Amino acid sequence: MELIRIILTSILLLVPISICASEVTPVRNFFSNGVKEYKLDNGLKVLIIEEHKAPVATFQVWYRVGSKDEPIGKSGLSHLLEHMMFKGTPQYGSKVFSRIVQKNGGMDNAYTTKDHTVYYQLFSSDRIVLAIDLEADRMQNLTIDLKETLSERSVVMEERRLRYEDDPQNSLFEEVIAASFKVHPYQRPVIGWMSDLKSIERDDLYNYYKAHYTPDNAVIIIVGDVNGDEMIKKITCSFGNIQPGHPKKKVISFTEPEQKGERRVFLKKEAELPYLLIAYHTPHFPHEDSYALDVLGLILSGGKSSRLYTSLVYEKKVALNVYADYDGFHKDPYLFLFAATASPEKEIKDVEDALYEEIEKLKKEPPLEHEVRKAKNQIESSFIMEQDSVYMQAMKYGMFEMLGDWRLIDRYLEGIRKVTSEDIVMVAKKYLNEDNRTVGILIPIKNKKSK
Amino acid sequence: MKISKNRRTLIVSLIFINFALLFLIFNYVFALDVNPVRAHVLKDEAFLEQQRNDFVSTALKSNTFSNGVNRTVLQNGLTVIHSEKHSLPIVMVTLLVKASPLNEPQEKAGLANLTAELLTEGTKNRKSSDISEEIEFIGASLNASAGKDYTVITLSVLKKDIHKGFELFSDILLHPVFPQNEIEREKGLIKGSLRQREEEPSFLAERAFKREVFGEHPYGRLVEGSTETIDNIKREDMIKFYSDYFLPNNSILSIVGALTANELNSLIEKYLGEWKNVELPYNPPLPPFSKGGLGGFSDGKKIKKVIKIDKDLTQATIILGHFGISRDNPDFYAVSVMNYILGGGGFSSRLMQSIRDEMGLAYDVHSFFSSHKQGGIFQIGVQTKNDSANIVIDEIRRQMNRIREEKVSDEELSDAKSYLTGSFPRRLDTNRKIADFLATIEFYSLGLDYVEKYPGYINSVTKDDILKVARKYLYPEHYILVVVANQEKAMVRQ
Repeated sequence: MELIRIILTSILLLVPISICASEVTPVRNFFSNGVKEYKLDNGLKVLIIEEHKAPVATFQVWYRVGSKDEPIGKSGLSHLLEHMMFKGTPQYGSKVFSRIVQKNGGMDNAYTTKDHTVYYQLFSSDRIVLAIDLEADRMQNLTIDLKETLSERSVVMEERRLRYEDDPQNSLFEEVIAASFKVHPYQRPVIGWMSDLKSIERDDLYNYYKAHYTPDNAVIIIVGDVNGDEMIKKITCSFGNIQPGHPKKKVISFTEPEQKGERRVFLKKEAELPYLLIAYHTPHFPHEDSYALDVLGLILSGGKSSRLYTSLVYEKKVALNVYADYDGFHKDPYLFLFAATASPEKEIKDVEDALYEEIEKLKKEPPLEHEVRKAKNQIESSFIMEQDSVYMQAMKYGMFEMLGDWRLIDRYLEGIRKVTSEDIVMVAKKYLNEDNRTVGILIPIKNKKSK
Repeated sequence: MKISKNRRTLIVSLIFINFALLFLIFNYVFALDVNPVRAHVLKDEAFLEQQRNDFVSTALKSNTFSNGVNRTVLQNGLTVIHSEKHSLPIVMVTLLVKASPLNEPQEKAGLANLTAELLTEGTKNRKSSDISEEIEFIGASLNASAGKDYTVITLSVLKKDIHKGFELFSDILLHPVFPQNEIEREKGLIKGSLRQREEEPSFLAERAFKREVFGEHPYGRLVEGSTETIDNIKREDMIKFYSDYFLPNNSILSIVGALTANELNSLIEKYLGEWKNVELPYNPPLPPFSKGGLGGFSDGKKIKKVIKIDKDLTQATIILGHFGISRDNPDFYAVSVMNYILGGGGFSSRLMQSIRDEMGLAYDVHSFFSSHKQGGIFQIGVQTKNDSANIVIDEIRRQMNRIREEKVSDEELSDAKSYLTGSFPRRLDTNRKIADFLATIEFYSLGLDYVEKYPGYINSVTKDDILKVARKYLYPEHYILVVVANQEKAMVRQ
């Protein structure tokens, strides 16, 4: 008996997860639709979706902080901090996190948006518990070493050069967003302006980390072949003792004033073809108009049978590609974006005119019932298809949770189903107006030395 | 150029990943472009190739996978692989046709690609617009595209719409008519997109690199061809190419999803019953690699070549590499482990640790062997600000030398093995991925038990094997180096 106990103890010691003795009594607030929802005493919210179709799982930590929360002059802080989150704690040194994950056949990564920052791992489901201790550790003990900061700052500058400075279409994107917002911090790019990046110091990162990386400002999402009850016990063990953030944290809100007149920006840069990007201010989900705007986006641009592709690419051949995207899944009101690359030898003005022509048509005449049906089918089908991937499922829950509550998923689908042809006309008239738009045009120039 | 198949995957926009994952793949559409309306730029050829390779280069430990897979060869010669999965009401279909640039004449480069593109642009029953309208109405997707070794037609459809889906799939596969006006239109789009891609430094670098390594072999050119060769393609060429190669005895049909064997059989009978076995044409032997390049091995002699492309850029895009190995090379697995340690292993690789983490000189640096039926390439790719180009190139060569000179550590070896063997369940975690994977292992004759055998292949690799393959397949003195940069600032040494 004693021997067995010794053997058992040594087996447990080999398991790299701390066994916590404290009593675990999670509050299960809700159970439906397969989602188990918990909230720890320190404010950490946990969503677990058991999905046993494949032996895999994803573990994700979503922090409610993004580039919109950065102080002026420090754009890019959230994203640089996200990079530093891989640079270690006293317990696990730089990149040790990723090495442990990879050694176990998993992958890990992270991304930053204007509204939130997400860390995720994908594993075989028998290894998923590994993520728990590691994420709990870097939620509270990040080192942010000075030398590592300087080095990672250069890495991010290289990333900026790669994605923006040397990419003409993305450069235009940056210009148009900056011109669209005068007041709201959505104005600045997530990656940060180059001069701001240069000014970010170690202490800026540390203070920002301490202010925002707290359990009450985070949500854990797990989707996959896991046992929810076991997972929540382990999560409570590892995350339960982390101190919540300051209760009276100041939340500054910004309201972008109504735009009263078209804004135009031009970018002259070495490029092959002219490119057009147009942004209209629109409300965000779950505003009552957001559903119709979403359906409108699909009618205009949901595939090759959509109106914009048919007109600009297929019939008129003025554009090589064209996109419309209502981007309503933001914390604050954002934009309805249109983009098109001109075909060789075509004028960008013709592209722009053709685009407006399609928009104007929708203001005059409601779309066919068939078109509305098609858009709705596309949305419903994509919801089912996305469940093929645990990662995509977790992303969906996370995104709705960031907007307030994952249950908004149901409200979203209900809202979409109710959209009528008349609603489409109404939102097109209300938002897709000249005075409400910012138009950006990329004018290709040829550098002398380029052959 | 294709519009996003699933626009909903673009919902999460404006995001920045910590590191551009070339080897850790999942959803490339989702793969995090900055500008939400430009997800198409990520459909870059190297990336997709790498994806294809990855599918055949890692293992599934779990037996949940192979148990339910059935393989049959029909009377008309079509190989059918079926895996029944009822967890979701969806069906994923992948048809792999052995038709690719390997089967097209050099002066008509782009024929395989154009033929694939035209399948969805008109049949004897439907106009181009009818096809997209019908498939999009049911929220499904149906696409055809050509790669280096084969053409793939994929259908993703809800179970409730399976008949409609199969009807359209069968129509584009069996009854394409290649309308002249659609050919002209599609040519214009392809040429336009080739021109637009000249804006991308990585596109310029890849194109120059492949041309130099493979010379006149079809692997040395773009699948799309070039403006000149596209103009040479006639409707008759496409009709002939289609009728020569789009045959059941030249194809693999892989189906994963909520479909029983009986349901599948009746679908095949109903929608593909008229697809007849025809003898394949004789394919003349392809130009030997040595004619053009071999990436440093021209005419049996080892050489070094530096190609500089001057553009007004802030970063130098660098590719250094040479000829690699074909997929059937027995050293494939030792090479996989070696490359993981050198530059394939994401954050853990030596190149990443040194050039990104220690030197802070790049956002991403990676190495890969891209292995096809008839050969492959080895390449290291990186972007760094113009004036660090030389330092980074030196470090790349130093790392290539190091792995050829010293044995890797025990820890590096075991980490690489445990990643490669342990990552499989995750990498076959969707029906779409499994459908593509099954077709690919059949094409490369890896056997349905490949997933069980793979860990053995990887685990048998020793430190000596790694040293041996590093010495055999890496050439730090004889390579093709492509640098797209502001050359005045980069000042790359010859």
